[in-house]
Amino acid sequence: MIRVQLPYHLQNLGGVAPEIEMPVPTPPTVRGLLAALEARYPALRSAIVDVHTGKRRPLIRFFACQEDISHHSLDHPLPAAVVEGREPFMVIGAISGG
Amino acid sequence: MGKVRVLAGTRKGAFILTSDDKRKDWKIDGPFFGGWEIYHFTGSPVNPDRLYVSQTSSWFGQIIQRSDDGGKTWQQPGTPAGEPTTTPEGFPKAESNKFVYDTEAAPLTTHLWYDGTPHPWEFKRVWHLEPCLTDANTVYAGVEDAALFKSTDGGQNWKELAGLRGHGSGQFWAPGAGGMGLHTIILDPSDPDRIYIAISSAGAFRTDDGGDTWKPINKGLHSKYIPNPTAEVGHCVHRIAMNPTKPGILYMQKHWDVLRSDDAGDNWYKISGNLPSDFGFPIAVHAHEPNTIYVVPIKSDSEHYPPEGKLRVYRSKAGGNEWEALTKGLPQENCYVNVLRDSMAVDTLPSCGIYFGTTGGQIYCSPDGGDNWSAIARDLPPVLSVEVQTLK
Repeated sequence: MIRVQLPYHLQNLGGVAPEIEMPVPTPPTVRGLLAALEARYPALRSAIVDVHTGKRRPLIRFFACQEDISHHSLDHPLPAAVVEGREPFMVIGAISGG
Repeated sequence: MGKVRVLAGTRKGAFILTSDDKRKDWKIDGPFFGGWEIYHFTGSPVNPDRLYVSQTSSWFGQIIQRSDDGGKTWQQPGTPAGEPTTTPEGFPKAESNKFVYDTEAAPLTTHLWYDGTPHPWEFKRVWHLEPCLTDANTVYAGVEDAALFKSTDGGQNWKELAGLRGHGSGQFWAPGAGGMGLHTIILDPSDPDRIYIAISSAGAFRTDDGGDTWKPINKGLHSKYIPNPTAEVGHCVHRIAMNPTKPGILYMQKHWDVLRSDDAGDNWYKISGNLPSDFGFPIAVHAHEPNTIYVVPIKSDSEHYPPEGKLRVYRSKAGGNEWEALTKGLPQENCYVNVLRDSMAVDTLPSCGIYFGTTGGQIYCSPDGGDNWSAIARDLPPVLSVEVQTLK
């Protein structure tokens, strides 16, 4: 299982816990993981990847294994440690505003 | 005995304030959607328990929320509470947040950016929701970048009325300081095919065929801050108001100037009269007196707080030009809040109530047409919108 950590606003929106477990998607990419996440929690649809542009929203970043993977392709394979559940896949809202 | 429900959208959530017809004691429920910007929160005139919310975020995008029980429970339309949230194939059901410009009906060209250069059209958020006067499932949405959308299934699916964006002047529209939002939608109760809208900063527009074709209605507007002060489009209209019993008479608060039209927007004339400042954002009309109007003068161009630190609503009982300051119960010293364009509303009780919210988090109510005011909420987040429902 993959551990996905979400920021407060998305926990609030989706009615989900700070960390949720998702099956390993096929293919095991960020895009595949987010599609599975949206399928399970439709309230999160388009909140992470903009449904209009197909791109990560600019004020959201992805971290895994203490690395910023926001600028990798959405089709880049997830790190092995994330796929194996040893490290979480973190969705983080950029720190800005009030 | 009647009941009043005030729907408030704020920078950090939505609130519902309820009272009986005395409008003295108020119960506040909320925040709903805590932490999220609520650009607009409104209800259907056909079914008052059908509420719509525009929940928006620069981080996470646009969300439409709907309640069918007066705010007790909420859903994103397309995802009914308690029902499976996915199809048998595993695909998500919710589609209510999808606002896609109709590029077949009107090519997605460019509008003007702040520096006058062409800028691509991009959806950002829903500024205003306007429920239909006759069908609880039909609702209009004014969005940024400026366009008008319509849903006929309770907010689940949205279709652009692309004749507005594509009518010909769109390439000359430009954003105001808050963005290029379509913020005002007025449905004519005497003619279901007639709709008025306003955009900052493009101006006012009208359709007489249900949204297929549109024309600018800005004749008489004079904006000294644009290259051609009397241009057909490019005016920063802040708000338009109408009394439903006189649908051909419109009142406008522009970036500067308060104006009136007696011919459904074909011609406008200035009615600023003795106002201490004719800059402001909201404008409202008394529910039972079509010639009684309300504005909140604000200093500008950059201050955006009341002149002399005195929060005063100005009322004209003559349809403009002759204004009186309404101050009883409002702070008359050291007050530096603003009142935004969607933050003033009226109820329809026999003694018409006037309401407005401030960027300081207060919501004020006058149960007697503006003579006396009191704060019915004092410490909310900055208020973005106020709507009022008069219930039986």
